[in-house]
Amino acid sequence: MNDSVLKTLTVSFLVCLFCSLVVSYAAVSLRDMQNLNKLNDQRIKILKTAAIYNPDETIEAQFSNLTPKFVDFSSGELLDSYGEYDLDTYDPVYFSKQPEHSTPIPASEDIAIVKNKENIGKIYLLKDSSNQLEKIILPIRGYGLWGTLFGYIAIDKDLNTIKGLEFYAHKETPGLGAEVDNPKWKSLWDGKSIYKDGEVQIEVIKGKVDPSNQMAAYQVDGLSGATLTSRGVTNMLVYWFGKSGYKETLNKINYDS
Amino acid sequence: MFEHYLSIFITTVFIENIALSVFLGMCTFIAISKKIDAAFGLGIAVIVVCLITVPLNNLIYNSILKEGALAWAGLPQANLEFVGLISYIGVIAAAVQILEMFLDRFVPALYNALGVFLPLITVNCAILGASLFMIEKDLKFGESVVYGLGAGVGWAMAIVVLAGIREKLKYSDIPEGLQGLGVTFIIVGLMSFGFMSFGGISL
Amino acid sequence: MTVKQYKEVLAKPLLEENPITLQILGICSALAVTSNLSVTLVMCVALTSVVSFSNLFISIIRNYIPSSVRIIVQMTIIASLVIVVDELLKAYDYETSKKLSVFVGLIITNCIVMGRAEAFAMKEKPFISFLDGLGNGLGYSIILIAVAVVRELFGAGTLMGYEILPLVSNGGWYPANNLLLLPPSSFILIGLMIWGIRAYKTDQVEPNEYKLSRHATAPDLSKRELNV
Repeated sequence: MNDSVLKTLTVSFLVCLFCSLVVSYAAVSLRDMQNLNKLNDQRIKILKTAAIYNPDETIEAQFSNLTPKFVDFSSGELLDSYGEYDLDTYDPVYFSKQPEHSTPIPASEDIAIVKNKENIGKIYLLKDSSNQLEKIILPIRGYGLWGTLFGYIAIDKDLNTIKGLEFYAHKETPGLGAEVDNPKWKSLWDGKSIYKDGEVQIEVIKGKVDPSNQMAAYQVDGLSGATLTSRGVTNMLVYWFGKSGYKETLNKINYDS
Repeated sequence: MFEHYLSIFITTVFIENIALSVFLGMCTFIAISKKIDAAFGLGIAVIVVCLITVPLNNLIYNSILKEGALAWAGLPQANLEFVGLISYIGVIAAAVQILEMFLDRFVPALYNALGVFLPLITVNCAILGASLFMIEKDLKFGESVVYGLGAGVGWAMAIVVLAGIREKLKYSDIPEGLQGLGVTFIIVGLMSFGFMSFGGISL
Repeated sequence: MTVKQYKEVLAKPLLEENPITLQILGICSALAVTSNLSVTLVMCVALTSVVSFSNLFISIIRNYIPSSVRIIVQMTIIASLVIVVDELLKAYDYETSKKLSVFVGLIITNCIVMGRAEAFAMKEKPFISFLDGLGNGLGYSIILIAVAVVRELFGAGTLMGYEILPLVSNGGWYPANNLLLLPPSSFILIGLMIWGIRAYKTDQVEPNEYKLSRHATAPDLSKRELNV
C-alpha cells in the first residue's frame, strides 16, 4: 500500500521539502548572531591580553581603543592597507595556510614548528587618550605537546616588557599543559623582559624562578609536569620575537618613535 | 610530499586513533569485538567505507558547501555549510548501499563475509566522525584520502586488538557484575591510556 | 494508554533498560565531553531534545513511510533536527559549541536516536513515542552527568566552574586526580558503574559462555582426592 513509486516519490519529496525549509530558516535567521559570536570571541581574547576587558561594556566600544595594523614580515613595516583585504576581519592564521600568501619556514629556523608563516601579519596598537602608544598586542603560535597553541602577547611601550599572555586555542593536557590558562601562571608574565643586548632571553624554565638569579627578570616558572608544553611556549616566544618574527617590526616602531 | 602524507597517516593511526583517542564508533566496537574474525571483517569494511566516503565528502565540501565554493556556478556569496551534516550522512548511506550492491553482484565471497556488517556501518559514528574531523582540519583532497585510510586502519587495528584481548580473557574468572560489558569498558579504557603514550610525537 | 503505562515508558530507560549500560547504545559522545559538567549538560539537553522530537515526528508519519526509503527518511528527519540544534548552539552558546565541536553533529549517528526510531516510534503513537524518546534521553543523561560529576569534582575540584575542593596548585589542600581529566577515565568509570548497577539488578548480569567442569577446584591432596 505504501510502496508504490508515486507514494515513495511523494513522501520523499514532502519530507525533503519540509526539512529543508526548517533547516534553512534556522540557518539563515541565526547567521548574523553566529558571525558576531565568532568575531567577539577573538576580540575578547585580545582585550583580555591587553588587560582592558570590561564585561560591562560592549565589545565594539572597547575594541575601538585598539588600532589594528598590517605587518609586512619581510620589511618590518606597518601598513594600513594590503590589497583588498579588510583590516578588521583579516585572519593571519588563515592566510598562513594559503600558498600564495605564505612562506614555508626552513626546518632549521622553525623551532616552534609553525611550518608556514603568513607574508602579511596583523598586530594591534593600544593608544591612550592623547594618541600615545601604550601597549602592542602580537599574535603568536607554536607547537606544544598535542598540538599548536594559539595566543596573543601584550608588550609595553618600551617594546621589551611583557604585560600579558593569553592562549585562545590549544590541545594541551588538562591539569598539566593546559595550566597555561591558569590565571596564577599567566600573572607571572607581567613585568618580565624579552630582550637582553638584542637577543631574545625570555624563557620558561624548569621549576621555580630564583629571584636572586641575575637572569630572573627573563625567566618564568615552568609548568609542573608539562615540560614539552613549557618548552613549546619558550620556542614560540624565541621564534616570534626573533628576526623571522616581529623583531624587525619592533625595531621600526622604536626608530619611528 | 611523501613525508607529509606519511606523517598524516601515522598521526591518524596511532596518535589520534579514531577509536581510542576520540572514542568514535564505540557501539559496534564493543558489540562485535567478541571474536577476532568478526572484528577483522568489520575492520576491513570500515577501512573500505572510510576510504571512499572521506574524499567524496571532501570534494562535496570544497566544491559546493564551503563559503565561496559555488563561485563556479556564479554564486560566490553562497555559504551552504549548514547543509553539511545531512549531505555527509547521505553520501555515507549511498556509498554503503552501492558498495553492498557491488559486492553482491561482483564479489559474492566478500559479500558473504562482510555483507552483514555494512548496514551497521552507516550509523557508525566513526565514519561520519572521520568526515567531520576532515572538514574541521580543512584538508586538501590528497590529504583527505590519506586521512580516510588512516582513520579506517586505526579503527580496524583497535577493534582487532580488543577482540584478541577479549578472547584471551574468555576463560578468566571475572566478577559477575563485570562480566561481558563491564570488563570490556575497563579494557578499552586501559588500551586508550596506553595509546596516550604516543602523544608528543611530532612528525 | 493509561497514566501508569506512560510512567512506565518514561521510567524504564532510567535504570532497568538504560540505553548506555544495558543496550550499549550511544556511548561515543558520552566519553569525550564529560570532563566538564556544564558542557555535558548542554550535550544531554541536545540529545534528549533530538531523540524525543525525532521520535515524535517519525511516529506522526509512521503510517505513510514506504519501507524502501524507511531508513533514509528517518535519517533525514534526525539530521535536520541535529542541524537546527547545532545552529541554535552556535548562536546562543558559542563557548560550549566550540568545546562540543563535532560531537553535536555525531548525534545523528548516535545509536540511541536511530535505535528508538526503529524500535519504538515506527510502531507506536506520537505522544508515547515522545515520552519514550524523553525517557531514553534522560537515561543517557543520568549516566553522563554521573560520570561528569566524578570527573570534574575529583579531577579539577570544581563543579560547573565553582570551586568545591581547593586545589594544591591554587593554594588549597586537594591534590587533583589528573587521571580523571583524561578522556579514557570515563570508560573505566562507566565500567565500574555497570558493575554497580548489575550488583543491584542481578538480572542484567551476562552469563558465562562456558560451564565450569566438575573438577574445576584444585584437588586437596591430603584427602586423597586426586581424580584422574
